[in-house]
Amino acid sequence: MFDLDRWREIFQSINKNRLRSVMSGFTVAFAILLFTLLFGIVSGLSNSFKSAFSDDAQNFMKVRVWKTSKPYKGLQTGRRVQLRNEDYNYIGKEYEDRIQYQSARVFKNFSIKYKNEANVYRVRAVNPDHQFLEKTIIDEGRFLNERDLNERSKNIVIGRLLKSDLFGERPALGKRVNVSGSSYLVIGIFSDEGGDSEERKAFIPITTAQMMYGNNDYLNEVVLGYNPNLSLDKAIAFGKQMERDMREKMNIHPDDRSALSVRNMAEANKGVGIFMAILYAIVILIGSGTLVAGIIGISNIMIFVIKERTKEFGIRKALGAVPSSIVGMVVQESVLITTIAGYLGLSLGTYILSLIGNSLEENYFIKDPSVSPEIVIGATLVLISAGLIAGYIPAKRAANIKPIEALRAD
Amino acid sequence: MIKIEKLHKSYPIGKDSLHVLKGIDLNINEGEFVSIMGSSGSGKSTLLNIVGLLDGHDEGNYYLNGQLIKDLNEKKAAVLRNKFLGFVFQSFNLIGYKTALENVALPLYYKGMARKERLKVALDYLDKVGLKDWANHLPNELSGGQKQRVAIARALVTKPKVVLADEPTGALDSVTSDSVMDLLKDINNEGMTVFVITHEEEVAAQTKRIVRLKDGLIISDELTKAAKAV
Repeated sequence: MFDLDRWREIFQSINKNRLRSVMSGFTVAFAILLFTLLFGIVSGLSNSFKSAFSDDAQNFMKVRVWKTSKPYKGLQTGRRVQLRNEDYNYIGKEYEDRIQYQSARVFKNFSIKYKNEANVYRVRAVNPDHQFLEKTIIDEGRFLNERDLNERSKNIVIGRLLKSDLFGERPALGKRVNVSGSSYLVIGIFSDEGGDSEERKAFIPITTAQMMYGNNDYLNEVVLGYNPNLSLDKAIAFGKQMERDMREKMNIHPDDRSALSVRNMAEANKGVGIFMAILYAIVILIGSGTLVAGIIGISNIMIFVIKERTKEFGIRKALGAVPSSIVGMVVQESVLITTIAGYLGLSLGTYILSLIGNSLEENYFIKDPSVSPEIVIGATLVLISAGLIAGYIPAKRAANIKPIEALRAD
Repeated sequence: MIKIEKLHKSYPIGKDSLHVLKGIDLNINEGEFVSIMGSSGSGKSTLLNIVGLLDGHDEGNYYLNGQLIKDLNEKKAAVLRNKFLGFVFQSFNLIGYKTALENVALPLYYKGMARKERLKVALDYLDKVGLKDWANHLPNELSGGQKQRVAIARALVTKPKVVLADEPTGALDSVTSDSVMDLLKDINNEGMTVFVITHEEEVAAQTKRIVRLKDGLIISDELTKAAKAV
């Protein structure tokens, strides 16, 4: 139903009454601008929370041990607790259905040397699953595999920055490096979102490390990925149960956190989830408050505008305008103004977000602030319906005033 | 053209009601030039509003162009106004942000006429009232007499059956009043039924028939010298 004459009437009315059109548009544009900024910044905050934990897998768990802090079953305080292969295998078997990934960790600091370049780096001896647990990104070559483990191969996967320290721009893949006196073959180069220090590390097979350095079956940590099908609560319960079982098995007091503890990403996730839910609830409250204020603003202006135009409507009716044509004209005008103004507010908001985005990320822990298309579409729909309602109700009332009364109005 | 039988109208004022028209009988034929005279409060404006379908009546019958007017909703009334009636108001009632030409063309817009055609027709009517050169001026750039001419052109543009004029000279000085009355006479001479409301004897004397109203009743109804002279 495109009526060119109707549009001409509307544009004429808007054009000849610029101040009031701009005023009503401004209310809406400003409300939407605030709404966009608010949502953008909060979604940026949410992004930073997500990425703060994205260094490791979302289902990451870690079993770490230290010294006992409580006497138990005749054993003294201060006893050094040691994880062994046997514990690793026990965990894998006991909780098989609740585990997605599993890897042991042995930490070493080794001097790594290539030609004349040498430095001391942190070397982690791990299982192949470790790649997924730490979200290690393979840039070249491959990560460690089962065969490396079985053959106790002297293969090494090095971080991007470690590679550039030693090799510079030269290719490293397939070259041999000297690790604390032994020759290792570089089979892969990785990067990691966890930051520079992560990319100055290297990985070797756990079996190789155990054989070559101490010839024992000691482990520093066991890291796990819980089955992602578990709910957060079940995953938390799983961590607690494993903690109890392991303490029991290793003769540790049930409450001795220092001796053995399980760090569980599920708990952090739950905390962050609750925090973000509360934050979003507040934002939705404030955001819809802003929108409602904008809607009330434009409704007020529309009521005023229509009062001002009552006489004009009376004239139009005397000349043969049916009420619906007057309502239609006002509503169309109102929707047009709200839509354009809303779009302007939205664009301005998005533009401001993109301008300040970088400095927010550098200075305020807010990453990539932006509004999602769903929110944009939703807010636009809200606006259009607001324009409809804001125009319709007073217009309907004005159109139903008898022309004789409308003509008397001044 | 207009036939009114025992017309009553009262307005509620608080709990009471004010009985304004107390049984009016009036018959106006096609081509007549009638003025309704009366002091303020006599009910003449109410009569015009009812005849002009701007207001409803309580009792009695009203036939416009042979059609019984009863239980009209706003939509039907609007269509009938557009088709049969042209209005000229004391305060001109032009739309301030539209040019003279657009004001004249507005009734044709509601009739559904295409833009080009209605602007052409409107310009013809502006020419007829001698304001062709002022077509693109806004109302506040025109004198009172010019505004009323524009309003008359607007009343005529749909070729209505009746032109209703409510104190058409009320806001004008005597010279421009005469020119506006001359224009209404010309229109009547071309066969248009003209229905004027006034409280000025000089204005009424220029019409062909004077109906005097007092306290909601017709007290006299006679032809003027002007009519007898024809």
